[in-house]
Amino acid sequence: MSLAIGFLVKRSGMLSLIQDAGRFGAFNIGLTNGGPMDLGAFQWANRLCANELNATAIEMTIGGLALTAQLNSTIAVTGANMPLSINGQVKELWRSYHVKAGDVIELGFATQGLRSYLAVAGGFTITESFGSTATVCRENVGGLTGGKLKTGDVLPCANQSRTKNLILPDKLRPKFSDEVILHTVPSYQQKHFSSHQQRLFFSSEYTISKNFDRMGYRLNGKKISCDIDGVLSEGICHGAVQIPADGQPIVLMNDRQTIGGYPKIGAVSSVDTAMLGQLSQGCKVRFEPISMEQAHNLFHLNLSRFNRIQLDICD
Amino acid sequence: MLTETPSAHINIHIAGENALMLYFSKQASSDVSAKVQQAERLIRHAMNDYLSTDIIDLVSSYASLMVIFNLTTTDHHQIRYKLRIILQNLDEFSKVDGDAVQAELVELPVYYALESGPDLTIIAKRAKLSVDQVIDIHQAQEYRVYAIGFAPGFAYLGEVDERIAAPRLSTPRMKVPKGAVAIADKQTAVYPNVSPGGWNIIGLCPIDMFDATSSPIMPVKVGDKVKFKAITKSEFLSLGGELPQAIETIL
Repeated sequence: MSLAIGFLVKRSGMLSLIQDAGRFGAFNIGLTNGGPMDLGAFQWANRLCANELNATAIEMTIGGLALTAQLNSTIAVTGANMPLSINGQVKELWRSYHVKAGDVIELGFATQGLRSYLAVAGGFTITESFGSTATVCRENVGGLTGGKLKTGDVLPCANQSRTKNLILPDKLRPKFSDEVILHTVPSYQQKHFSSHQQRLFFSSEYTISKNFDRMGYRLNGKKISCDIDGVLSEGICHGAVQIPADGQPIVLMNDRQTIGGYPKIGAVSSVDTAMLGQLSQGCKVRFEPISMEQAHNLFHLNLSRFNRIQLDICD
Repeated sequence: MLTETPSAHINIHIAGENALMLYFSKQASSDVSAKVQQAERLIRHAMNDYLSTDIIDLVSSYASLMVIFNLTTTDHHQIRYKLRIILQNLDEFSKVDGDAVQAELVELPVYYALESGPDLTIIAKRAKLSVDQVIDIHQAQEYRVYAIGFAPGFAYLGEVDERIAAPRLSTPRMKVPKGAVAIADKQTAVYPNVSPGGWNIIGLCPIDMFDATSSPIMPVKVGDKVKFKAITKSEFLSLGGELPQAIETIL
């Protein structure tokens, strides 16, 4: 029994999950990372609330979440283009708003992109499981009870006195497209794919199949074959591109299995897995090979851009 | 003074933008596994100290170790260099230390019967053995915990006697019961929770393989030895085991 107050879940939406930056250091008992599929959008939501970057927020897939504030706070929604309203009034994404006890925050369904993030000032106060609040439904770990949010759940947070609202200027906001290039470092069992198969993989267009979730994105397109059926089970990194016997690539994401034995041709850069996480069935992707150094550059350019941008004060 | 690079036989490969794979061998064996464990211990030791911000996580398996590093503080060249230094004396450590230091022998009770192990008959038929012989062979030896992964608490144990090694089911079950003791090729395992799975089920174990509220969370760790011991149905039930309604039979 808890008397803590914060935000009451009035309507749970399609898939709303408590997430912090992810769970690290628990691979040895078989626990995966979890955490936000679009780390950038998650971090922006926290910056708009003047939080630490890994403060606990809600990842909303597709949309439909409605919350009632039980105290005064500041909220911000970022990510996929999900219509946001407070007490029935249309509001903007990528900026923070004050809310008072009794205010109703509602989200519609994403029109562009797939996942949005709702952060509150100070972050939600959720008890950590294995060092993180990240929810991994498959493992029944994290969040309030190991699963997605349900109507009637109370998400505790601190009462917040009024501070300045912040906004990310329109021209600096990420734009979501239905076609994404996935920069991929060739790695793992790359040498077991013939040069012809590698050229085929890196020159073909793939479509997101109906099987895409937080664990992985299964793609449809040119069949890729490998000289070997599998390897001794080994660690699977974030973004690894697994090629099973049917030759259709699977990009492994935040909730992936920790080890596995299917051949892997490479791993997608984290900047691009964040974009992939915003795609759904029917969207198109292409893989482009990059060196490890180029992948590091991509990461650092993205990071320095994020750090350089100053938020504007908007009231 | 020129000496052969002691860690020359550890191949370091790229996995992803912030991950390196250390391969110790192409084949699984208890010696290789001991070496992986020793390397993991050495790296974890450094992670408690001067590598605490540079290395984020490790995933060990049969013959490999994946090292996840922090791209905001380091790069793969630095990590390779540091790993080579940490692991240069690995062989000496392996000889002295082996896996005798921390390895434990864990006994897991199993209710082997046709109602708890629907695939016993198939294995027996294939091996031209009786069901009782299959059960005897499974509990005759000590297995090594080679890896933990796939799902929370899932421990890969090896190696199963050739005679009862069995390929995965061609159609995996949608629901393998919690506690199912199963065989796939030369590996055996206890399913920590209800999950889909294609391994051959030969019995049920009443011990929790993953309990977030207990300490330790898992009864086994990588490097430990596991021995299975047959128990009766009433012992199984009194140890808290529950018989699932029915286990899907795959023909």
